[in-house]
Amino acid sequence: MSSTNETVVRFINITKDFTQGKNVSRALNHVSFEVNKGDICGLIGFSGAGKSTLLRMVNELETPTEGDVEVLGHSLKNTKGKKLRDIRKRIGMIFQEFNLLESKTVFDNVAIALKLNGESKDYIQQRVTTLLEFVGLSDKKDSYPYELSGGQKQRVGIARALATKPEILLCDEATSALDPDTTESILNLLSKINKELQVTILFVTHTIRVVQKICNKVAILEHGNLVEFGNVIDIFSNPQSTIAKKFVGAVIPNVIPKGIKDELLKYDGKYKLIRIFFHAQNATDDVIWQINNRLNVHTNVMFASVSELQDVVLSVITLQITGTEDDFKKVYDYISSRQIEFEEISL
Amino acid sequence: MIDNFFKLLGIPSSQLITCANQTLYMVFVSLVLGSLIGIIFAFTLVLTAKGGLKENKFVFNTLSFVINTVRSIPFIILLVFILPVTKAIVGTRIGTTAALVPLTFFIAPYIARLFENSLLEVNKGIIEAAKSMGASTFEIIIHFWIPEAKSSLILATTIATISLLGATAMAGVIGAGGVGDLALTYGYERMNSALMTFTVIVLIIFVQIIQALGNYLARRARGRR
Repeated sequence: MSSTNETVVRFINITKDFTQGKNVSRALNHVSFEVNKGDICGLIGFSGAGKSTLLRMVNELETPTEGDVEVLGHSLKNTKGKKLRDIRKRIGMIFQEFNLLESKTVFDNVAIALKLNGESKDYIQQRVTTLLEFVGLSDKKDSYPYELSGGQKQRVGIARALATKPEILLCDEATSALDPDTTESILNLLSKINKELQVTILFVTHTIRVVQKICNKVAILEHGNLVEFGNVIDIFSNPQSTIAKKFVGAVIPNVIPKGIKDELLKYDGKYKLIRIFFHAQNATDDVIWQINNRLNVHTNVMFASVSELQDVVLSVITLQITGTEDDFKKVYDYISSRQIEFEEISL
Repeated sequence: MIDNFFKLLGIPSSQLITCANQTLYMVFVSLVLGSLIGIIFAFTLVLTAKGGLKENKFVFNTLSFVINTVRSIPFIILLVFILPVTKAIVGTRIGTTAALVPLTFFIAPYIARLFENSLLEVNKGIIEAAKSMGASTFEIIIHFWIPEAKSSLILATTIATISLLGATAMAGVIGAGGVGDLALTYGYERMNSALMTFTVIVLIIFVQIIQALGNYLARRARGRR
């Protein structure tokens, strides 16, 4: 499902202080941003950045010290009792440690969310069967959690979270306890849930690859501050903060490899280095050919990288342009006129 | 042959059966009452504890203090100390039924502490998952907490049952009868070592059966057969 303009989660100036004895530590510091219906929004940061605390405010497992969260049109401030529980039923949640009932079978674990809603036995039977089929665990319905692998447990967690047909799914480090292959399959499943069931997903993670794979929006948190927020493609193309550069650099190399750098240092002609960001829609553009032929400026591809983001492909090409200041200006004007992002870089 | 056996013990078989019945009656009734009070106390403790779902310092501290106070009194003293209460509740100070009051007073706080432990063992994440599903506190208790703690609660009950069995031996002080009393009055005071040995064996068998049953039920509750 593609992102829309309808806001489903709005964090308004969230501050959270944890008090332990006389010590007050600030977990979140005036954080504000919005998640729209259909988004898969990644909340990324290192340990202690406050990302889980923020996520847990969406279903009020945590309450902000200051600020408010609006979920599905309801302000959570002062929302209690039945009204809060009804909102929670519209939000599914999955956890790093799965949190399944060890004493119940897979079927009963999924059924429990429906029992809480007072659904009939027939409906529960039919709904759980459908859900287990959806997550690919039909053959495990009578197994107990201790008989399942980590990935299977998370699938049960997902089926349970989806039982009440929620509009939002919260994922708290949902793949952090899984191996790479299993992570991949869980991420594919979440992506399918987003597309087929129109569920908005908020995903807390410390791994940029998760963001790269499924998210269209990303919020980068550091020491309780929201450092960057926006479309994944924009932030991946042009990270501003040090921490964003660090995360993005892990998937899109943004440092010039040493071998190339050494060669360039030996080169004594006049040149500029620029980095051009191509998206898939530029794929058929002949920018470099045009620079060479129409502008008659000499270029040399230093290195390039390609990353597949959720729906788009981002290619970053580092180009050496040799010539005069006039040539450089011509090239810059030309690339700008094609509305392709680029930046000048230095060694 | 059986007649010879009871001649050796020095008591009629009917008396032995009466005593066994008295013991089972005392254990069973006070266990049921004690468990009911115990589970209510245990949930009150875990819910009102710091960080609990219904945090309440006053209730937690008060209940905790009351439980500790009652548990400080040795059973043999509790038995006679609360005689006025016993009289007020069951209308008599002596006999098997009268013993139910001190036995319940004795076991309920003990069970409360054992159950409190069992409830605290449940993974906090499960309570959190329950909350995220929009469960009310009551639903959390019924659908999540008790099922997850069930196995441990059963083992705790087993321990409490065995403690109760031991306590009933002292209930003879207020004329409650039972197997333990039989061993003391006939076996010890009349120096009937055959009877003494026999009652000890009966008690050992009781304990073995209770523990085996407890283990079996706990295993089943965990979903592992």
